[in-house]
Amino acid sequence: MSDDRTPQVPTEEGRSTEPRSQGQPSLTPRGTPQSPPVSARRGDEIHAFPETAVGEGDVRTSEEDARAAASGTSLWRAAWRRLLRNRLAFFGLVVVCLIILSVIVGPPIIKAATGFQYDTIPSDSKFVQSFPPFSSPDGQFSATHPMGTDSAGRDMLARVLQGGRISLMVGVISTFVSLLIGITWGATAGYLGGKADDVMMRIVDVLYAIPYMMIVIVLLAFFGGRSPLQQIFLLFAALGAVSWLTMARIVRGQIMSLKNQEFVLAARATGVSTPKIIFRHLVPNALGPVIVYATLTIPSVMLQEAFLSFLGLGVQAPYASWGSLAQEGIQNIAVFPWQLIFPGVTMALTLFSLNFLGDGLRDALDPQMRKF
Amino acid sequence: MFRFIVRRLLVTVPMVLVVISLTWALIRLAPGNFYEGERKLPASIEKNIRAKYGLDQPVYVQYGHVMGNILRLDFGNSLRYENETVNEILRRTVPVSAAIGVSAYLLALLVGVTMGTVAALKQNSKLDYAAMGLSMLGISVPNFVLGPILVLVFSLSLYWLPPARWGGFPSWNLLLPVLTLSAVYMAYIARLTRAGMLEVLRSDYIRTARAKGLTERQVVMRHALRGGLLPVVSFTGPALAILITGTVVVERIFAMPGLGNYFINANLNRDEPLILGIVAFASILVLVFNLLVDIAYGIIDPRIRY
Repeated sequence: MSDDRTPQVPTEEGRSTEPRSQGQPSLTPRGTPQSPPVSARRGDEIHAFPETAVGEGDVRTSEEDARAAASGTSLWRAAWRRLLRNRLAFFGLVVVCLIILSVIVGPPIIKAATGFQYDTIPSDSKFVQSFPPFSSPDGQFSATHPMGTDSAGRDMLARVLQGGRISLMVGVISTFVSLLIGITWGATAGYLGGKADDVMMRIVDVLYAIPYMMIVIVLLAFFGGRSPLQQIFLLFAALGAVSWLTMARIVRGQIMSLKNQEFVLAARATGVSTPKIIFRHLVPNALGPVIVYATLTIPSVMLQEAFLSFLGLGVQAPYASWGSLAQEGIQNIAVFPWQLIFPGVTMALTLFSLNFLGDGLRDALDPQMRKF
Repeated sequence: MFRFIVRRLLVTVPMVLVVISLTWALIRLAPGNFYEGERKLPASIEKNIRAKYGLDQPVYVQYGHVMGNILRLDFGNSLRYENETVNEILRRTVPVSAAIGVSAYLLALLVGVTMGTVAALKQNSKLDYAAMGLSMLGISVPNFVLGPILVLVFSLSLYWLPPARWGGFPSWNLLLPVLTLSAVYMAYIARLTRAGMLEVLRSDYIRTARAKGLTERQVVMRHALRGGLLPVVSFTGPALAILITGTVVVERIFAMPGLGNYFINANLNRDEPLILGIVAFASILVLVFNLLVDIAYGIIDPRIRY
């Protein structure tokens, strides 16, 4: 992984102590100091030697970067440290990890503890339909159903966790599909340039302007509904196929700025084929922004999946997703509000954390891109 | 400018046709037929139905027929709502959706721009963090969660507002759907405004404006907002597309007889003319709107030349 995108922040420590091990000068080749800072945020610690600070995003982390550079830390390690220092992003990371963990280990634990699975309809289902959280049929406190039961007497907690599995899976896999298409498209356009680039990006522009969710709805309504599993695969493909546009633009921009560097020339000189140059040499170097954008694509795809499931076109019984649980919940909103609130709030919390994590990752991986 | 508009229109018209063709192809490639129900129809009746709807003709004739209809902007009769043509349904439902959508967008613009501007002017203050946290919440809470919760609080607990149904244009029934729909845009617009304003407030021309002695109010209202709102203007195009998907859910939650509700029903009923009519309407709307946004962009930002 090349280090050339790491913001080079020479600080007093960096300048006065040992010279950088990797031969990265604290001054530009001609010996002029780096450009002065644009401006600082109110509340920022203003650097003592303004001519040595590059941008406000770095003023705060300069110490960190200097340490990273001194110990020869990679771009990724430095970014990781910056991420951990961002409180909101760290909160997002923790919550996302917790949710993933509970979604994975939760259902087996519930099954072992109470015997309920997401589709277990109890034998006395008539008596336990739509029970409020933490209560049993006789009205006493009971920990068996911490989120209550749904209108068939099934345990809500087990269903919310199972729904989380599907929702997260749709989010991740569809994002992966969109990555595949977006990277291939964007990298090819960016590397080839010229006419091919013009045509390919023009297509992306045009696709941006169509109400694609309508077409997805038509696709799911007409081709879906044969088997629940097939429906989920259809969702992966359909949502992936409509969310690659921005990814293609981002990758293209990255590739365009990378393709004139020497390592590409070297690869071409040694006779590496074009597809190999694109995917082995260029794409790995453009990975930072791609990861950032992928993190932000996951919540938006999850939202679209939930939206489709809410309309009854997405995930189908016996599977559940947060969207389809909310759709079931809204039927009884006046009487049994928890049936909507638990899946809804869980989903909102997940999206909230993923968005913060994505924002934090962007700040950490690419301080230049940071929008104040 | 004129050449730009003509060139864009030359792309727009084929684009609408491509979208409609794609939709039509999807409908036709799907197994089954709209007239097939639980019971198998006798062969002779099926033959009559197929003849009536032109399904016995070769595919290209059918395609040509559909395209001809679209070019004349006449989408024929709905297969489900027998007494109405698609155009009549559109005429009835579009005002409902437009009332919700336009009010939601205006509300979002008003609140979002105010929130974003205040946040930018008081950067890194408590107010800024509160506004940005709120907008992140707005982006993250799905509208099908927000809507029912609003109903639960304001209609079913406090009895302040009606929980659902259409009640004419200016009516209290509209308040909850509009709030639900506008939450996301409000959040996006606030974030975009804040980012745009922060960038502009540091620029040279704002320093000049301050230096020549304008009041802070004049600087912000007359100079900064004009540049700072550019990202918001360019968001207006994509916003319309999200607005259309948003109305589908909101109309469903609040039982509004709008375009989105009819679109979902048309899909479930396999009502081909109605689906094509709504898709055509939405695509034309979005594409024309994008064109208008580009033109507006050129007018607001004199640096852009076509």
